[in-house]
Amino acid sequence: MIVVLPIALIICLLVIQGAPALSLKFLFSYPSEGMRAGGIFPAIVGTIYLVLGTIVFAVPLGVMAAVYLSEYARPNALTRLIRLSIVNLAGVPSIVYGLFGFGIFVLLLGFGVSLLAGSLTLALLVLPVVIVAAEEALLSVPQTFREASLALGATKWQTIRRVVLPNALPGVITGVVLAIARAAGETAPILFTVAAFYLPRLPRSVFDQAMALPYHLFIMSTQVPNAPPGIQWGTALTLLIIVLGMNLIAAVIRARFRRRRPW
Amino acid sequence: MVDGDISVSIGDLNVYYGDFHAIKHVSVDIKARDITAFIGPSGSGKSTVLRAVDRMNELIPGARTTGEVVIDDRNIYEPDVDVVELRKRVGMVFQRANPFPMSVFDNVAYGLRIHGTASGKELGAHVERSLRAAALWDEVKDKLRQSAFALSGGQQQRLCIARVLAVGPEILLMDEPASALDPISTLRIEDLMRDLAKQYTIIIVTHNMQQAARVSTYTGFFLSGELIEFGRSDKIFTKPEDKRTEGYITGRFG
Repeated sequence: MIVVLPIALIICLLVIQGAPALSLKFLFSYPSEGMRAGGIFPAIVGTIYLVLGTIVFAVPLGVMAAVYLSEYARPNALTRLIRLSIVNLAGVPSIVYGLFGFGIFVLLLGFGVSLLAGSLTLALLVLPVVIVAAEEALLSVPQTFREASLALGATKWQTIRRVVLPNALPGVITGVVLAIARAAGETAPILFTVAAFYLPRLPRSVFDQAMALPYHLFIMSTQVPNAPPGIQWGTALTLLIIVLGMNLIAAVIRARFRRRRPW
Repeated sequence: MVDGDISVSIGDLNVYYGDFHAIKHVSVDIKARDITAFIGPSGSGKSTVLRAVDRMNELIPGARTTGEVVIDDRNIYEPDVDVVELRKRVGMVFQRANPFPMSVFDNVAYGLRIHGTASGKELGAHVERSLRAAALWDEVKDKLRQSAFALSGGQQQRLCIARVLAVGPEILLMDEPASALDPISTLRIEDLMRDLAKQYTIIIVTHNMQQAARVSTYTGFFLSGELIEFGRSDKIFTKPEDKRTEGYITGRFG
């Protein structure tokens, strides 16, 4: 109860306060009158772009890392170091990622404040989630499948690609969806790497800045005096629906996987 | 000790798991196109010797093998032996039927696809041939697209045999292939083995002495990692020379 109550209260409050603000016009129009009216369309689009960019970088890297850890790594000092790094990576405060991304991607590599820099920063942030979920999924594939494949003369890589990965896919997807939810909701990592206060148009290349829902919510609450509270509540509710929706999809995939698992 | 062609010649085989000396100086010849059974109590090392013939022990971390296993005048433990080629020639059927979570057809086609042996129309013909050879075709010809898990346990095990046959091996290793099956399915597997023995060299590991006596021409008795006695099955099961063999087959231990 103690756990459920605050969550229920937050959701109730958001729905009560935010629902009246939600409308097609709110979702599909640009902010206007110095952010004090209009909608949040560019922030929604920016968040979608950021999520896509994060997936592009984090998923291949994360899945490859998980394949290495579960199929190739021997239990030695290097492997322990890698695992320790992943655990620690998951524990680093997100603002640190933001500053790291600003230093490396924005300044050092010269990407500027851009979708590219923001996606890379978010990708680093969600990498541990993807690796851990993917590795768990790979380890849940029975050893007998690997043995059967190798005994038929398959190479290790053929076994991984044709037998292990396809059977681990639902678990991998679960991790990906959780990563998306995380990437969509974070503010600190995008603060210095991609987020724009206001843009009159949508980003056109990966080197453009973008607006994003969590940052929009942050500025509407702190940087814009006399902003109507409806915009803030509406933004918060939209963000919550996107994130909870993602988590729900992850849960459904996982449940289906468990039920359909034939072994 | 063995008449006729020899398919596999094991010489002074030792297998270690870490510090544990699991297989001790085992030497035995396996007759070609015939059935040889390995019997012995649990932990006697019979499965380990079997797995040494297609180098499957290498998958176990910390396992080490010395001695030789000669197939076609070549020791398969020489460093330049291609394990993939070896495992194409030496197929393995496991204790529990372990079809892949794919359709019946894809299970049999798996080996053909990874080795690029057949494709298109040829693939279908090859799959049918393998299923027929495993005495399964008539039962599954209308279920080729269904999941392999929809088959019964005995059918799944014959599917695994078909999957191995499709790769075109000369030697079949069977690790208690019927121990998880009911008596009827077990008899079908034994019939199949006798049929396959016309073309293939078969080594079977079994706990079931009646089974060994029924299907095999030669039998080896293992105890604590040593090959205690080896000879024609009719002799091993009626007039064993070693007291320990006699004790085991008469049920005094094991």
